[in-house]
Amino acid sequence: MQKASSVAKTIDRAFHVAAGIAASSPVVFLAGIVTIVVIQAMPSIRFNGWHFLTSLTWNIGNVYGGLEHEHGVTAASGASFGSRVFIVGTLASSVIALLMAVPVSLLTAVVLAYRTRGALRAILSTLVELLAGIPSVVIGLWGMTVLTPWISTQLGPLLSRVGGVIPYLRGPVGTGMGLLASGCVLAVMTIPIITATTRDLLLQVPTLYREGGIGLGMTDWEVVRHICFPCIREGFIGAVALGFGRAMGETMAVLMVSGNAVNLLPQNLYSPTSTMAAFVADQLDSALTDASKMAVHALSELALLLMVLTVATNLAARRLVSLGRRRQWRTGVDAR
Amino acid sequence: MMTGRRRRRRKMNRFLGWGCAWLAAGLVLFCLTDMVGTVLLRGLESFHWRVLWTTTSGSSGGLANALLGTLWLVAISVAMAAPLGILGGVYTAEFAGQRTARVIRFTAEILSGVPSIVIGYFAYLLMVLTWGWGFSALAGGISLTVIMLPYILRSTEASLQQVPLTLREAAWGLGMTRFQTIRYVVVKPAMAGMATGVLLAVAIAMGETAPLLYTAGWSTMNPSLQLTHQPVGYLTYIVYKYIEMPFPDAHALAYSAALVLLMVVLLLNVAVRLVVGHAFVPRFSRGRYRDRKTTEGLGERRGKSSANAVGFDCGRRRVDTEAGRL
Repeated sequence: MQKASSVAKTIDRAFHVAAGIAASSPVVFLAGIVTIVVIQAMPSIRFNGWHFLTSLTWNIGNVYGGLEHEHGVTAASGASFGSRVFIVGTLASSVIALLMAVPVSLLTAVVLAYRTRGALRAILSTLVELLAGIPSVVIGLWGMTVLTPWISTQLGPLLSRVGGVIPYLRGPVGTGMGLLASGCVLAVMTIPIITATTRDLLLQVPTLYREGGIGLGMTDWEVVRHICFPCIREGFIGAVALGFGRAMGETMAVLMVSGNAVNLLPQNLYSPTSTMAAFVADQLDSALTDASKMAVHALSELALLLMVLTVATNLAARRLVSLGRRRQWRTGVDAR
Repeated sequence: MMTGRRRRRRKMNRFLGWGCAWLAAGLVLFCLTDMVGTVLLRGLESFHWRVLWTTTSGSSGGLANALLGTLWLVAISVAMAAPLGILGGVYTAEFAGQRTARVIRFTAEILSGVPSIVIGYFAYLLMVLTWGWGFSALAGGISLTVIMLPYILRSTEASLQQVPLTLREAAWGLGMTRFQTIRYVVVKPAMAGMATGVLLAVAIAMGETAPLLYTAGWSTMNPSLQLTHQPVGYLTYIVYKYIEMPFPDAHALAYSAALVLLMVVLLLNVAVRLVVGHAFVPRFSRGRYRDRKTTEGLGERRGKSSANAVGFDCGRRRVDTEAGRL
């Protein structure tokens, strides 16, 4: 008996250690990612300086020509790495996505929370969650074959006719691949995230608050509008920020519908664009051909920038969501 | 007179508001059905059973290499991510003090927020270039591991926290060690939740493309068991590359690949939610724990400390999607 117990104790200790090692793996991976990306970005940071953020041209230089030395690092001659196009593209497409996704997901969440119940609610919620489960290439495929033709033949001409006063809505619609299409696929990808979080927040609004509103003679819509929406404000902003972080980091769907513009700022809603994530994915070949490896370092800097942006957004979002969730619901009368 | 107009306006607002709300819900459902419908329709048009056992050649051929490659990559990543994630989740829920648990949870959250292309590029820089593995199954598998890990860890932790503290106390009272408690008592009721986490992580990994572009490469040959120096094909690559080719064969192949991918991923999602979700609830209410209300209450109290990190909540069959795609 004594012996068995000592064996059990050893196993227990071994398990404790193994679990501890496994639990530290996220820390190790995260530290590894940050270290490697920063180290590999260093030559590019030294080569480009602040120029990286402001310049429009991304040119890996003449890969067959001579090498050029600057600030103690080597690059192909004529190389210039500027990421402003991609920063603008990332922010613009994500903002367009949110402009579409925010009202749609807020209203969908209201329907899910207050207008459906039982089996219908379960089915609709599952469908929304399934939308989140669809692989991004499949969404990109849909964007390429259904969405962009529709934008190019119907939505684009319509928008440019109706909203002709606003300069960004005007202009040649082209193939439909561009900012608007990127925004649309990103909206499709962020809607399930925002909807699911918002629905949960709405379900947490105390019934007593809503009953109070009804007791005051409000219509059910006014209850939602004037009682439920203010209640979930922080959490909802957090959910939107979460969607924003997601949209900025999304790669494949955008890559397939953005038109992959390089060295060109978007002129209107339909012009081709590219985002940081999509560009990194797109530049595999150029990274492989550059003998000086500066293209690899520059992409690394771009990846670093993207990571900083998304992680910062995510942290802010999480803080807001948890603030919203932890909110103390004060009820005038003890409900119990 | 005044009140009548106001009443009419409020009524109008009400109809307008709910009308918009239903319209929005309809739009979301329309997008989903249109997407699934398009892939199904065009996929079925071009799908032939032959593609399942022929390999890709040029702009046509089959999907066998990609299908096997995806399975191979997912197998490698599950073999790494499942033990790490489950053990890590067990540690966070059962061993770690409050501060350590918070740190682990926080890091997992940050890690799940890192864009997948950055993870892929990191694996490219470190493994493909620095370690000289070349495009390989292991590099791809490791980048998928990084994507799956935080998800599995958090779902494991969340489902362990659903298990009432009284069960642990009873086991400790019998003189069980912590490992024995976990092995014989705690894991059993949490098993379904943990399995859900792993299976949904598999569904995510199968649909990933961005982290594989830079790590797994592409190959038209069936994957060998070689872990390094040998590129692997995968399904999502065919969807992405072949739809951009100008040939009808290539498009047909891309649609077939999308069809297979979508079916597997959706089936995994639906099956997990239907089967595991139902199996999980009765386990708590069956015989042994007679007073369900009490056990639930304790579970809630225990789960409170991590309320914001809980990715999903098995007892109520709700899978929070934010964790799913992050």
